[in-house]
Amino acid sequence: MSMLFLLPFLVGLPLAFALPWLGHYLRLRDEWLAALAVSQWAGLGAVLAAALEAPAVVGACLLALLAVLGKQIFAASGNSFHAGMILLGWAASTLMIANAPHGEAWAKAISDGQLYFAGGRELAFAWLAASAAAVFLPRWAHRLVVARFFPEHEKANRLPGGSWRLGFDVLTAFLLAAAIGALGLMGSFALLFLPPWAAYRIARNGFSAIVLAVGLGLFVYGLAFAAALSFDQPFGPTLTLLLALVCFVLRRR
Amino acid sequence: MKLIADAVVVGWRRPLTPPLSFTLERGKTVGIQGPNGVGKSTLLAAIAGEAQIFSGVLLRPPTWRIAWLAQHAARPEETPYSGEELLAAYACQRHAPPQRLAQVLPRRLDRISGGEFQLLMLWAVLTQGAELVLLDEPTNHLDHEHIGLAIEEVQNVQKERAILIVSHDHDFLATVAHEVIALSP
Repeated sequence: MSMLFLLPFLVGLPLAFALPWLGHYLRLRDEWLAALAVSQWAGLGAVLAAALEAPAVVGACLLALLAVLGKQIFAASGNSFHAGMILLGWAASTLMIANAPHGEAWAKAISDGQLYFAGGRELAFAWLAASAAAVFLPRWAHRLVVARFFPEHEKANRLPGGSWRLGFDVLTAFLLAAAIGALGLMGSFALLFLPPWAAYRIARNGFSAIVLAVGLGLFVYGLAFAAALSFDQPFGPTLTLLLALVCFVLRRR
Repeated sequence: MKLIADAVVVGWRRPLTPPLSFTLERGKTVGIQGPNGVGKSTLLAAIAGEAQIFSGVLLRPPTWRIAWLAQHAARPEETPYSGEELLAAYACQRHAPPQRLAQVLPRRLDRISGGEFQLLMLWAVLTQGAELVLLDEPTNHLDHEHIGLAIEEVQNVQKERAILIVSHDHDFLATVAHEVIALSP
């Protein structure tokens, strides 16, 4: 691989590793719609940052954090709240794009991802976010399973469950914010949603579901990177299309 | 150390149960029986700190941990997790499970029957290591054979736990409980 493309490849690689892993637990918590809402708001943040001539990744991170703060406050509303967040985020970003001088370019950047234009800042942010996932997800794994199957356990035992839940949401925001600029909004969500979706159907147990989801994410990421370069296609849609095809076939097996 | 209920009346927004008195210590199993709506499950929720105490006394030793089998155990429609993984995540102790349950443990939780899932959840709360075990209708979804296994599970560990069981199943309570309290409206 040419050095010109090595840096972009290394930006996406940790995200292709960490997003399916995180997506496994979001699916366990039945929170994949919340992840789409956070993605939408991260996208809005990237557009806002572009309007203010600030780094997109910073804007994406701030608005994604705002979205998870809303999720924490309005947790009882569940998916209705997340659907409202998606619609609000989409409307705000579309209106900003429509009324800004370079709006079309921003829209394309959020849709396609800017992987081939990624630099040192994106590289550092992607590896930092993926490292945080690699440190904290194994630490929270048992709590996530217990919270799903014994939801009353923490309250009955007066355990402070708020901190790890908030940490999990912040990690989601951080990882999605790192991913949106490089992989595009739907490309990031596809990596989060599709590999665990396939793995949940065919894996033998929870551990193998994680291994399978991460393996699928990495494999299809590599495939999409090569395909997008070879056929001169935008990366985000190429990744999403390949993930959807592979995961759909696997689920139908 | 004991759980002490002395003429306690519990409920959510208003009092629901009649005054109840009992004590529960390690090695003792108490059964609560009664018709729907009399507040059996609410009593368990009050012990766990969720429902309100309106009058009387309910003292729970502060160091006691609780393992609570809810009436409608949360079973996702699709989940890759196996019984072994569930027991490991819930930090269950290494008691040898009944033979029939041991065969189920390596399988995915969404590919076992409702009765097997209920038995697994029961085994999980019984062996989690908590001093106080609250069981809300543990024989739900269980056929005659499975009820036999549920009895075996409770009897396996009841010497080491304080167990409070809410159930409609008179025969089950009569077999496993040292004391049965009948609630009436």
